[in-house]
Amino acid sequence: MSSSGTLLTSAASSVSTATLLNDFSLQVATVNGSGSQSSNLVLLRTLFQMGIPISGKNLFPSNIAGLPTWYTIRASKHGYVARKKEIDFLVALNAETAREDVLALEPGASVLYDEPLALAKLRADLTYYSLPFDKLVTPVCPQAKLRKLVRNMIYVGAVAHLVGMEMPEVERALQRQFAKKKKAADLNWGAIQAGYDYAREHYPQPDRCQLRRMQATQGKIVIEGNAAAALGCMFAGVTVLAWYPITPSSSLCEFLIDYLKKYRRTADGKATFAAVQAEDELSACGMVLGASWMGARAMTSTSGPGISLMSEFVGLGYYAEIPAVIFDVQRVGPSTGLPTRTAQGDVAFAAWLSHGDTRHIVLLPGTVEECYELGLAAFDLAERFQTPVFVLSDLDLAMNHWMADPFRYPEKPWDRGKILSADDLQRLQGDWGRYRDVDGDGISYRTIPGNEHAMASYFARGSGHNERGLYSEKPDDYTHNVDRLRRKWEGAREIVPQPVLEHEGKGEIGIIAYGSSHPAVMESLDQLRAEYGIEPSYLRLRAYPFAGAIAGFVRRHARVYVIDQNRDGQMHDLLLTDLGAELGARLHSIRHYNGLPVDARSLTDALRSQEHQTN
Amino acid sequence: MATTTTPPAAPKLNRLGLPQADYRGSKTTLCAGCGHNAISERIVDACFEMGVDPVHFLKLSGIGCSSKTPAYFVGRSFGFNSVHGRMPSVATGAVLANRSMHALGVSGDGDTASIGLGQFIHLMRRNLRLVYIIEDNGVYGLTKGQFSATADIGSVQKSGVVNEMPPLDTCSLAILSGATFVARSFSGDKKQLLTILKAALAHNGTVMIDVISPCVTFNDHEGSTKSYKYVLDHEEALQEVSFVPYYEDIAIDYDPGTTADVEMHDGSHLRLRKLAHDFDPSNAQQALKVLGEAHTSGEVLTGVFYIDTKKPNFVQQLDLVDEPLAFLPLDQVRPPRSVLDEVMASLA
Ligand SMILES: Cc1ncc(C[n+]2csc(CCOP(=O)(O)OP(=O)(O)O)c2C)c(N)n1
Ligand code: SF4
Repeated sequence: MSSSGTLLTSAASSVSTATLLNDFSLQVATVNGSGSQSSNLVLLRTLFQMGIPISGKNLFPSNIAGLPTWYTIRASKHGYVARKKEIDFLVALNAETAREDVLALEPGASVLYDEPLALAKLRADLTYYSLPFDKLVTPVCPQAKLRKLVRNMIYVGAVAHLVGMEMPEVERALQRQFAKKKKAADLNWGAIQAGYDYAREHYPQPDRCQLRRMQATQGKIVIEGNAAAALGCMFAGVTVLAWYPITPSSSLCEFLIDYLKKYRRTADGKATFAAVQAEDELSACGMVLGASWMGARAMTSTSGPGISLMSEFVGLGYYAEIPAVIFDVQRVGPSTGLPTRTAQGDVAFAAWLSHGDTRHIVLLPGTVEECYELGLAAFDLAERFQTPVFVLSDLDLAMNHWMADPFRYPEKPWDRGKILSADDLQRLQGDWGRYRDVDGDGISYRTIPGNEHAMASYFARGSGHNERGLYSEKPDDYTHNVDRLRRKWEGAREIVPQPVLEHEGKGEIGIIAYGSSHPAVMESLDQLRAEYGIEPSYLRLRAYPFAGAIAGFVRRHARVYVIDQNRDGQMHDLLLTDLGAELGARLHSIRHYNGLPVDARSLTDALRSQEHQTN
Repeated sequence: MATTTTPPAAPKLNRLGLPQADYRGSKTTLCAGCGHNAISERIVDACFEMGVDPVHFLKLSGIGCSSKTPAYFVGRSFGFNSVHGRMPSVATGAVLANRSMHALGVSGDGDTASIGLGQFIHLMRRNLRLVYIIEDNGVYGLTKGQFSATADIGSVQKSGVVNEMPPLDTCSLAILSGATFVARSFSGDKKQLLTILKAALAHNGTVMIDVISPCVTFNDHEGSTKSYKYVLDHEEALQEVSFVPYYEDIAIDYDPGTTADVEMHDGSHLRLRKLAHDFDPSNAQQALKVLGEAHTSGEVLTGVFYIDTKKPNFVQQLDLVDEPLAFLPLDQVRPPRSVLDEVMASLA
């Protein structure tokens, strides 16, 4: 025990003091709008620059300023990037939540807090570091107006000392954050140093959470899923973008517009894209259909409430067979729900969205790389199948910071599907039908308005047409058409992004998961093996309709746990419908739905307890 | 069979060398005598006379009897029958994707003034190059005669139900929302409607034409203010409208004291000879005033209420490349590998 032990307001004897080296989670609790994001990003970047695998998650309220917000950074030498259930180091700066935050900690955790909060009295089994933020900020920031912003940098310095960050890396991260604003950088650096010096002087002992340089982040990038998806859209060659703001989807379009403005102008400054902020999601979807019908690559991005509004248009797109790319960045429903919390609640809705018989292609990115790659693929699939394609992301994937390998430049040209040019029509002597199944795959040929051939035009409308696109209400014409649409959809099973066998286990247990649950499942597999000696196989879904390989996977396992981040197990139910009762009987459902990203511990516990019941 | 001795006269061709038959569509399925049919005929005439190229013409609509009509004109052009009230957004996407297209949208008063009001107003704000026609009969034809939001107070349904709600005036709304060409006509006024349609096709922005178009089945009786009889009795033309397309000789005399001459962006001229009103078509406030007065007096005021030929259209505002976005080749829309490398480096 350190001789300066008196400074540790409670030197609890029962506390586990085993060092957590490059393996802990640090949470900063502040007030929304207090400008703590810069400080948190400096911390995150510093760890990343020290070569330590990280993830950063922002838990924020539906509010602009004044309500509690938490930013959690996880350092993991194993490369685990899911949310960690326990917080190991808390920076408590929000008076409103401080008490609750501290009481929720596991024994042994550390708490850095603003002196007036006097948190050390709350529990004896924690390590406390108290800093007089106001006193420290005054000398480094003489201008009272700026103090509120600079104040947060003090904890960066203090944490840097306590957990052993390399100060040159902290400085580099700060410079990057304030790239072109030297005065701001200097001011903030002063605050960081003040925090660092105070902590070093008063708490010379290193904390239980410690960092040491690794080599695990070389060549990696840090990105949010929405930025990744935006890049996918740009490289897919999107030309028309129509959107209506909604959290957590807005930043996808905002990133995309920024990229397009920068990289998609001709030498004389003209735009090779049209970006429209529509009056609502109905309109955004209508614009996408109008543009796609004309042969443009068009997209929109929204969240559940917007998807609801688009449903009529999506049905029209399905029946009139118009490509469209629709990103649904899912959040907890409904509109007046928890709009800033994550969920996978739109799965069943998107799969069958609209009235009448409709079935869609739904892509399920599980990583930021896939937000990019499936974003790219969505346009090819939409045009190939001439139908709306959903890309289902979620708030966790879309708005949080993830490490990734640099994205690969698309090697293949685009797939624009079956399009007949004027020359093609010439060869066919004008004999074609917009809704005729020539190749037996349910996908008919389309012409693009502007085609000069006299027979090129057709009248786009819903289902009331015959093979030639002429108006018809004949029963046979209708059934032929909807049966062909079903055939087309069935044909997509083996063409959409195929499921990935992430882990071939031993034994009779399988796990099926999708989307942002992926990192938690990977970590849970390790926990299950280490703690219970169970080694499930893990298949990660990447698209609906389901590939044949999924039934094969289920057949190979006696019990398959389907992981959903929604209350009802929506993917479980879609699988059940698809696989039929006999095979479906092997499916079990694990559901996580509290608005927080799923964590490995919860999955491990849930799977373990269900195994107990079945065995 | 009678023997024919004289060959049929060669059909008259327009400046593209196309006969009028090329501007017809499939046979109408609307009720005989429906005002909408007359409007389709005028659209055929206007497109023929203006020499509209069917390859670069688009027809769009929402839902309703009126919205069925794009199938009945310019059959060689692509058409899109979209959803109820939401044609403006589909048209917007279409024109953004291919700026070289002449687009014409047909809507009904139900389609526009109720379910589609939001999209209507935003279309006017954006000034997309589009001719937007409301075939206005005061009722929902296709759902069998319910009042629409343009029905006048006191208008009576066949069953005797009286409309108690004040009507929305689509022309005033369009002007207030920023439209750049706003007119009202009557399906029974062949000459005026045709002239306005031709001018509309020359306009570089959104044209909003509210065409009173009686529904003979549900709203053509005594007590209806959208019946043929009522409109014939109460129509008052604001001006005598004439139009000289840019490719015709414009050296026709006119008296600047009595006639406003509007030069359009393609060099065509729209001439408005004042009748009873001393009216300046570039003055939005004045337009709103005469529309309000006509409403109070129960007149069906027709003519061109407002025109602004200077405001850039939506595509111009977005500063798009000249080539249609839909036809840009891959190398113009997929940035090179170096761009991805640059972005990746910024995130490392
Ligand atoms: C979302 C939706 N709601 C309701 C309808 C039913 N509907 C079809 S046409 C119509 C009214 C059409 O009236 P109007 O636009 O005035 O056209 P008209 O038939 O009089 O020419 C309605 C309400 C629909 N097609 N879609
Ligand atoms: S119901 Fe009325 S609007 Fe519809 S076609 Fe008949 S006359 Fe025209």
